[in-house]
Amino acid sequence: MILTREQVEHVAELAKLGLTEEEIETYRRQLSAILEYAAILERLDTDAIPPTATVLPLRNVMREDEPGPSLQQAEALANAPSVREGHFQVKAILQ
Amino acid sequence: MKLHELTIHGALDLLQRREISATELTQAILDRIVAVDNDTKAYLTLTPEAACEEARTADELRAAGTAGALLGIPLALKDNICQIGLPTTCGSRILESFVPPYDATVVTRLHVAGAVFLGKTNLDEFAMGSSTENSAFFTTRNPWDLTRVPGGSSGGSAAALSANETLGALGSDTGGSVRQPASLCGVVGLKPTCGRVSRYGLVAFASSLDQIGPMGKDVTDCALLLSVIAGHDPRDSTSLDTPVPDYTRALRPELEALRVGVPREYFGAGTQPGVEMALRKAIQVLADLGAEIGETSLPHTEYALPVYYLLAPAEASANLARYDGVKYGYSAPDAPDVWEAYRRTRQHGFGAEVKRRIMLGTYALSAGYYDAYYLKAQKVRTLIKQDFYQAFQEFDVLVGPTAPTVAFKIGEKAQDPLQMYLSDVFTIPQNLAGICALSLPCGFADGLPVGLQISGPVLGEELVLRVAYAYEQATEWHSQNPIIKKEH
Repeated sequence: MILTREQVEHVAELAKLGLTEEEIETYRRQLSAILEYAAILERLDTDAIPPTATVLPLRNVMREDEPGPSLQQAEALANAPSVREGHFQVKAILQ
Repeated sequence: MKLHELTIHGALDLLQRREISATELTQAILDRIVAVDNDTKAYLTLTPEAACEEARTADELRAAGTAGALLGIPLALKDNICQIGLPTTCGSRILESFVPPYDATVVTRLHVAGAVFLGKTNLDEFAMGSSTENSAFFTTRNPWDLTRVPGGSSGGSAAALSANETLGALGSDTGGSVRQPASLCGVVGLKPTCGRVSRYGLVAFASSLDQIGPMGKDVTDCALLLSVIAGHDPRDSTSLDTPVPDYTRALRPELEALRVGVPREYFGAGTQPGVEMALRKAIQVLADLGAEIGETSLPHTEYALPVYYLLAPAEASANLARYDGVKYGYSAPDAPDVWEAYRRTRQHGFGAEVKRRIMLGTYALSAGYYDAYYLKAQKVRTLIKQDFYQAFQEFDVLVGPTAPTVAFKIGEKAQDPLQMYLSDVFTIPQNLAGICALSLPCGFADGLPVGLQISGPVLGEELVLRVAYAYEQATEWHSQNPIIKKEH
């Protein structure tokens, strides 16, 4: 298989996804199969080909720096699981 | 004709002639939903009281002489399109209780046009899937055979249309998610050119690939819906500042000398024989209508799927990083620290396919692998785009099957992710190239609908709709309705 157990754990940690032991093994198998299939791309010589990040002809779309209506604080907080004094409350980052 | 069997344009005609009211039309659709939705399971959320209220308002407006392109027309929205005050779940537990504080731009445009909103339809979680089996809540069933999938990820919208539980619907298409379910359910679905329709209020999956698309019972309805939802939006910096024509004016029954290309890569091994047969007959109809048919090649077609399954998950891994239980949605209780809170929230909030794609994408973007996977895929994307641009030098549109098979059984492909991904082999290339494409019914195989896909160049929606309309008017497929066989 292309992926080791450690690589799966590393990727899961980058993505902040908790995984069970069983899931680590299952995803290791499935992701390895998909990546093996994707190796078909190596057949193509793309050294001289520019990458396509966006298919649109647009670049640097700007507008005037003029304030306009936006979400009010109450609306922005309405779905929050934990609110304190008008803030989204999270667990401590620093000890 | 039963009211729930009407098309949008048929209903508008009767409404304008005061032969029916918006109130009775909406009530008829709501009655139909009650009659069959326990079998099709197309809807996640229904808003009957609000719909009746909107219908009453539409009747009053019409009586007062107010016009509106969709005044009094009941519509359904895929549940990854934000609508104020209603849950927008994206088919996920992580957003099960999320109520958007704003409307998507397409919703605002439909509202201004006078539409009536019936509710939100089921989808594969975060639009990731080809069967609607990845919805965290339940699987929608294909009205043509309730043991089979409606396709995905806009399976709820497609099934609702097919079962006459709505007159029109919106879906979203990232790798075929409007066109493939339209094909499997025997309805019409269009993926507009990248940037033609605003994505503001569409929950993002893969930003360089996502487009909201209209879905309808016939081509005219799709054209009508597209005319209303398309257009520049200052809130979506990736929306094109190009005028929106009245797409219904492009519809004509003949195809005088239009050049139709048939890519050889879209036929052959992997395509069900019954599907290929229906397509060959459809191409003959186009020829009989006056089109010039020619064979062509899109040589990098076989690379589209691996490119997509690197780029789309990569973009998704970035777009779904926001689901951390802080600002909205499910939040894991009792975690010892902030990192564990994130891990548990995302572990329990996301389903398997979403996690699979987030990990695939994270890996493809990670240090040491970015060049080999993500950058490589972006370069091959250029080649795929160039294939289309070259083909469009010689042909006005390209045709082929929308999907390699008809609707498969529920559970049949769910165990093997790669098998499921292959359902999108013909629809993925158009998202990668940013061009427009439409699927419409072109026959049956084993009693199940087959879809004809018509692909057009950037901003070529008028061409695509025109070819589709001419084909449709020369055939009877669009007037066939499934008989919903209840499971007992």
